[in-house]
Amino acid sequence: MENYAVEMLHITKRFPGIIANDDVTLQLKKGEIHALLGENGAGKSTLMSVLFGLYQAEGGTIRKDGVEVKINNPNDANALGIGMVHQHFKLVECFSVLDNIILGVEDTKNGLLQRSRAREKVLDLSRRYGLRVDPDALIEDISVGMQQRTEILKMLYRDNEILIFDEPTAVLTPQEIEELLQIMKNLAAEGKSILFISHKLNEIMEVADRCTVLRKGKYMGTVDIAATTKDQLSRMMVGRDVEFVVQKGEARPEGVVLDVENLTVPSKTSKKDAVKHVSFQVRGGEIVCIAGIDGNGQSELVFGISGLEPVTGGKITLCGQDITHAPIRTRGTLGMSHIPEDRHKHGLVLDYTLEDNMVLQRYFEPEFTNKLGFLRRKNIRSYANRLIEQYDVRSGQGPVTVARSMSGGNQQKAIIAREIDRDPQLLIAVQPTRGLDVGAIEYIHRQIVAQRDAGKAVLLVSLELEEVMSVSDRILVMYEGEIVGQLDPKTTTVEELGLYMAGAKKEGKTQ
Amino acid sequence: MKREQTSLIRRDGFQTLLASLGCVLGGLLVGYLVLLLIEPSGAWQAIVAIMRSFFRFPGKMRMKYLGQTLVRTVPLLMCALSVLFAYKVGMFNIGAAGQYVAGACAALYGALAWNLPWYVCLVLAVAAGAALGAVSGVLKTACNVNVVISGIMLNWITLYATNWCLGTVKDPNSPFTKALNGANPSALLPSLGLGKFFGNEKSVTIALPLAIVMAVLVWVILNKTKFGYELKATGNNYNAAKYCGMRENRNIILTMMISGGLAGMGAAMSYLTGIEAWETTVSSVPAMGFNGIAVAFLGGLSPIGSILSAFFIQYITLGGGNVDLQVYCSQISSLISSLIIYLCAFVAFFKFFIQSSIRKGDERRAAAEKAAAEKEGGANT
Repeated sequence: MENYAVEMLHITKRFPGIIANDDVTLQLKKGEIHALLGENGAGKSTLMSVLFGLYQAEGGTIRKDGVEVKINNPNDANALGIGMVHQHFKLVECFSVLDNIILGVEDTKNGLLQRSRAREKVLDLSRRYGLRVDPDALIEDISVGMQQRTEILKMLYRDNEILIFDEPTAVLTPQEIEELLQIMKNLAAEGKSILFISHKLNEIMEVADRCTVLRKGKYMGTVDIAATTKDQLSRMMVGRDVEFVVQKGEARPEGVVLDVENLTVPSKTSKKDAVKHVSFQVRGGEIVCIAGIDGNGQSELVFGISGLEPVTGGKITLCGQDITHAPIRTRGTLGMSHIPEDRHKHGLVLDYTLEDNMVLQRYFEPEFTNKLGFLRRKNIRSYANRLIEQYDVRSGQGPVTVARSMSGGNQQKAIIAREIDRDPQLLIAVQPTRGLDVGAIEYIHRQIVAQRDAGKAVLLVSLELEEVMSVSDRILVMYEGEIVGQLDPKTTTVEELGLYMAGAKKEGKTQ
Repeated sequence: MKREQTSLIRRDGFQTLLASLGCVLGGLLVGYLVLLLIEPSGAWQAIVAIMRSFFRFPGKMRMKYLGQTLVRTVPLLMCALSVLFAYKVGMFNIGAAGQYVAGACAALYGALAWNLPWYVCLVLAVAAGAALGAVSGVLKTACNVNVVISGIMLNWITLYATNWCLGTVKDPNSPFTKALNGANPSALLPSLGLGKFFGNEKSVTIALPLAIVMAVLVWVILNKTKFGYELKATGNNYNAAKYCGMRENRNIILTMMISGGLAGMGAAMSYLTGIEAWETTVSSVPAMGFNGIAVAFLGGLSPIGSILSAFFIQYITLGGGNVDLQVYCSQISSLISSLIIYLCAFVAFFKFFIQSSIRKGDERRAAAEKAAAEKEGGANT
């Protein structure tokens, strides 16, 4: 009999209308790194929530070290030695690293905190596993990588034996990813059992021993990584062959569509400027990508260009017109389309129907509003139906589906359909594939390349290195509000890009 | 399957209606229990008296009391429209009470100090309410002051400003403003013979059809026009409205102005009928604006539903006056009607209850079907 740390056998979990987990089995061996692979909505998070005690499964059993257990809440999970690093860290920003680690399991004497013993234990753990942290630094001052290491230390401090990593690499630079994967290997070597949730095949191939694949809530099987290939895994996950390489020809840049000169955008959170004297151009027929680690001014740059935030300096020219201080509607009618970073905050009115969201940028046009100010519902319906069909937006009730009830991928498709169908001169796409599965990503990349081939200027902002490297024609790297490098994806490497992103390398003035 | 999808109980409107009725019944039940608690012997009689309201009067009188109920329904409906309009755009206009007071002030001052005719007074009232609403709207957009906070503050400011302002046109022998039919009959809303239908009740005026027209107008604006589309988008998601180039701040101020204008108009429609005068020593904001909140919610936040719920609340309030004061103290009628109004706030809760029980039924059925299918499958293999 195999030595399993945790077994989840025939887990079934239903939600109204869908079966999130349908007879799923996952067996985690002691000391192994076990990847859990699946598209968005495949049921990975649900399965982990069942293990962590956030949901109760309707069917199936959970065993710890061969003994059946009941996990009713996260405290039970903790007591069984199960710890989790969430995708969005659960840290107190204004506390030190040490205080965050001991939070909830503080050592006290007469009601006073006893930090010295805790500090020793933390330093000891950090040395043993190569987890570099400064215990006295405040969370808000340290890098995302160190925050993540703090989260890992939190689990180790609680003597957890089973460590769940929920998409841990999404927020890291290539160098930090490298480091994290090494840490995971160290942990496994020390006898910890690791569950690694991801949809990045490269990382799974590099670090995992075995991999369990889910598709649409169903168990697709568990494979040994040594005996499998990337293609096989992706086929198991998506159910068909997927093209990893974005198919595109040479870019044929034409005239300048967007000209940004010396742009300065103030930060909302601090007194410093988020974007400092940034200048660049985007021509028709090319995809320019702004790369960088999250929070280096990319969002603010786009807010400035799209008019969502006022700019304090510089000049923006779109198709020869000065739009530096133009209202957003003017920018739109001049030919700017914007796929926003946050589809729930900006991209959709979630309580509106799909059809009402489809005309969000065009409702005022004569086609949709008559001279008396009444909406032309019939035209809106047929327009929405056309977009739904053309862009394959799937939803429960078609045009009258409330946007909130749609899946993330289809919400994003709806936004992309709406923005591309406006036939823009400039398409700004900010993290258009964030949180989407392989199939949807492939589709969106194809749409973006098609826009370029139609002679449109595309400004892409992305945190995903693979996307940066494969989609763009030109890469501009942003670091601390400045453009620190211009790279050609054909001649540069991921490593070099990573150095620019981390601020370790910097060019002189770049265009 | 298709038919099941659209079956009556699954329709949103029907669920709202059902929930509203549930609230009404719940309110009556609690009211009855309170009556039982105080004095069991007369409880049944009392609750029946409340329910029968003006129906206990004989023929001609009945119509007269119906008319009076309708007259008082009008300002309540207008306040409900004010609240629901702002609510659809994402703001809780508790300031409707103050905007109502501002409307009363403008209408009465125009009528008594300047001897203006009724239609000018009506416009003045709308303008005053709108101006007050605009203050809340500007505070919200310029300084991000929550409209609930500014609304409550403005309610009091407006109340005392009105007391001072109308103190200049009050009757010298009482704290009330001068009666309109003596001081300026041209300021009274015309009846156009409507009163004849209601046992010659003079207070039934064009305010009644006008209020219904306003309700329909609010519905049309919110549901059929580009303007309503923009307003609701702004209310649902301020950032998305900004993103797609709607003038989000202008929309918020406009909404508050319209909302305030509706409340102000409601005040004119009440005070210009001559049924009441402003008491210049009053030290609490009239409940009309606050009751508008309950009416709007009981009406399922629909303008048409609000017509019915406003009438119902007035009906019950009038019915409360029928309680036998030999048995119960005089506050009991207000207590019962306020209990019912209070329960009205639970519409959303009842609706949630209806929906979740439908869903649970669906899940049980799906599970049973699945189990049956599995059994069958097992038998076949």
